[in-house]
Amino acid sequence: MIEVALDHVSKQFGNVKGVTDVNIRIQPGEFFTFLGPSGCGKTTTLRMIAGFYFPSEGRIVFGDQDVTTLPPNKRNTGMVFQNYALFPHMTVFENVAFGLQVRKVPKSEMIERAHRALKQVHLDGYGSRRIDQLSGGQQQRVALARALVIEPKILLLDEPLSNLDAKLREETRIEIKRLQLDLGITTIYVTHDQAEAMAMSDRIMVMQGGVVQQIGSPEEIYNRPVNRFVASFIGESNLWEGTVERIEDGEAIIRIAPDLRLRGLTANASADCSLEAGKKVSLSIRPESIREAGGEETGDNIVTGSVVISEFTGVSVNYVSQVADQQLKAMFVNQGHRVRGRGEAISLFIPKESIYFLG
Amino acid sequence: MITNTPNAPRPSKPRMGLPRRSGPITQSPYFVYVLVAPLFLILLAYVVYPLFQTFVQSIQVEDQFSLTNYARFFSLEHTSNLEALWTSIYISVLSVITCAIVGVAMAFLLERYEFPGRKVLAVLVLVPMALPPLVGVLSFTFLYGESGIIPRALKELLHLEQVPFYLKGIWGVLVVHTFTMYTYFYMTASSAIRGLDPSLEEAAASLGAGRLYIWRRVILPMLTPALVASSLLVFMIAMASYTAPLIFGIERTMTMQIYLSRTNGNLDMAAAQSTILSVVSIVFLLVMRWYQGLRNYQNMSKGISVHRTEVKSAVGKYVAMILSIIGVIILLLPIFVLVLISLSTNGTWTTQVLPPEYTFEHYIKLFTDSKTWRPIANSFQMSFVATIGNVIFGVAAAYAMVRLKFKGKTLLDVLIMLPWALPGTVVAVNLIAAFSEPNVFSFNQVLIGSFWILPLAYFVRHLPLVFRSTSATLVQMDASVEEAARNLGASWWYSFRRVVFPMALSGILAGTLLAFVQGIGEFVSSILLFTAKSTPLSVEIFQRMYSFEFGTACAYGVLQITLIIIVLFVSRKITGDNTAI
Repeated sequence: MIEVALDHVSKQFGNVKGVTDVNIRIQPGEFFTFLGPSGCGKTTTLRMIAGFYFPSEGRIVFGDQDVTTLPPNKRNTGMVFQNYALFPHMTVFENVAFGLQVRKVPKSEMIERAHRALKQVHLDGYGSRRIDQLSGGQQQRVALARALVIEPKILLLDEPLSNLDAKLREETRIEIKRLQLDLGITTIYVTHDQAEAMAMSDRIMVMQGGVVQQIGSPEEIYNRPVNRFVASFIGESNLWEGTVERIEDGEAIIRIAPDLRLRGLTANASADCSLEAGKKVSLSIRPESIREAGGEETGDNIVTGSVVISEFTGVSVNYVSQVADQQLKAMFVNQGHRVRGRGEAISLFIPKESIYFLG
Repeated sequence: MITNTPNAPRPSKPRMGLPRRSGPITQSPYFVYVLVAPLFLILLAYVVYPLFQTFVQSIQVEDQFSLTNYARFFSLEHTSNLEALWTSIYISVLSVITCAIVGVAMAFLLERYEFPGRKVLAVLVLVPMALPPLVGVLSFTFLYGESGIIPRALKELLHLEQVPFYLKGIWGVLVVHTFTMYTYFYMTASSAIRGLDPSLEEAAASLGAGRLYIWRRVILPMLTPALVASSLLVFMIAMASYTAPLIFGIERTMTMQIYLSRTNGNLDMAAAQSTILSVVSIVFLLVMRWYQGLRNYQNMSKGISVHRTEVKSAVGKYVAMILSIIGVIILLLPIFVLVLISLSTNGTWTTQVLPPEYTFEHYIKLFTDSKTWRPIANSFQMSFVATIGNVIFGVAAAYAMVRLKFKGKTLLDVLIMLPWALPGTVVAVNLIAAFSEPNVFSFNQVLIGSFWILPLAYFVRHLPLVFRSTSATLVQMDASVEEAARNLGASWWYSFRRVVFPMALSGILAGTLLAFVQGIGEFVSSILLFTAKSTPLSVEIFQRMYSFEFGTACAYGVLQITLIIIVLFVSRKITGDNTAI
């Protein structure tokens, strides 16, 4: 297990900024994810850690070793590429043994370790197959075995699941997580799929436009996003605009429309948000926190509207309703209630704890 | 490091003990220039410097700066040079038109229609590629020339006084050009047609477009890039054509003028003509590069299956069958006639329709008589030397172009393609200008008149072949595969040896074989550069022809064709099988 530190790292490509001032410390054994839309700089950052790019500024440190300009073959990281990058002219076994051959591991030990690695990914018996005889999922596991067999200090995963179909993706996700926990290896994972990132990571770094937006546990990032980008990128969210009307007893009353007011907790606010009377403010409301207003919930934070879109997915019923001049997405777990159709009136309750203020 | 969970492999030895070979130099951003410098040096020495020397020669008359040669070239009083330029251009333009018609028509017929005889025709349509220029022209004169088999046969059959027709002059050149060059159009057009996603046509049809409208608005625009590229290519090759005008006796073409100026000892005029032809070729090369960069409608859809329209009517079937048979005959006749004449006794065929006496002696002599074996051995030897150079240079240059980042990439690319754009005649004149005297690039030797000049000429002329086929496979190979090797601890050299080279091997091999077989058949620059001590095969064929030893000349030709067919077959096999990337 080893710590990975990026010390104010920036990368420029000619005049184009790749990433700007990434400053992180990844703990030994941690599962750390770079999350963001394509072109956000997450892969660039990963490639600097692997040594395929050298930073324009800043340092990269593994444990106590400065590796900033160390060539990739001296870093002892194991990487799984998005397209797997398996050697097509070699068999499965030869692919896995490649890194051991480079290290001049004695033959008997090499064979034993390669076989053990294939067994770890449930591919024992596939050693003599050619790469093009494997399915996508099998190729993915060969790539994983090839990266793990060299006992790397750090495991780097560049969107390893993006070429798999949905069902296989879920299986492989659990498999990767299991291996990572078993081996206790420091792992850096790159993805644009927020659900994947949430499910697997100890901590997530959200990036956009080459700039780090937020670093935190999945829970922190979901529940306390620092800005509008993070709030909208992670999960689904209703982002409403409003004006602060007044503050009382740790609660803020926000006017959304002339006859639509919401009450929220002032504690639920991002750092860049100042709640003062008369100021404009953004509200983030998660669809799953909204409840149907029945008998018991009355008074504040009850809104009425009409259903615009109604989706029945099996697990849940999703509504988009027109509330005043705003649209509100709400999600209810399917409990066998009647599904409302388009145009029907709906009354919704937004708990004040679930409103999050953004700057 | 890894914890001792029962599942995990235990670390056996420290991983950081890898040798640290790369010093600080290799990490400098300028190190890449150290790597590519030898490539530039070779191009400078053997492509740019000779070109420049020819130019210098052309503007010097009796050691004085003078533009007399250019003034004379463009003079309106002695118009032979301008006439030559004009003739070259219009032969080339006509060649483009005839080749386009034949090539595109064949491509559509074979790609889109199903008719009796299609499969045979689809294989034989590429036969002209197996004909080396000189051998091709010879077989055409044997077939359709004034004393050719077909005109004489017609005269006999129809009891005429004179032969009814025969190929001569510009028409002869044009027919030979069409036969040998339509394949460029055929290949690009048929791959473009194959790449046309039928769903595009279906989409157009579903939007209400009629058959003709689809052609005009969808199919033709999609084919335009392929057609323009092949037009430029055929134009350049026709401009450079030397053998056809030589055999059909057209003196007023650029290449022939250069040859004549040289043989008349008018060296600086030859240099001026050469320079002008170089300029034309270079302009065309640049236009072609610019055009190819401009538009690229490659279809990214996979698994396209084009539905061939079946010719159903009985009449259509018969017409198609008869036309296919005629096509097959036209395509195969040149090779049959070479084989036939190669089996005829030298000196016996005079006024008869077909050679009267046959023997197998020429083939036996080819390999047993040291006098006839010598040119074969010479060509193999010289081409072998040149090909080794081509492989080393071509692979290094292809790797640098595809994988390294450095300034001057476009320049390197243009310089490598330059010898391919330059007519063989010009390459020869350039080498003569550069290496008639000892200099640094020739290691202080006079290369002209030595064994080394022809291998050098072959090296220069076929420089792009290995480069192109290697870079084509390297481009297909995902860069992350090499990165994966590096990530697993392989040094640059180790990953090149174990990963890049084996994966590019098919492309390297295909280019190498092609360069080798082209070197064996090279005629255009050989005729200007050869020495009596190491006469190459092609020049020997030419000389045998002029001493009326048709049998021996054709036996040499058949040998060459056999070699080319083997090479084409082998390289198709190796590049075709290795698509599992």
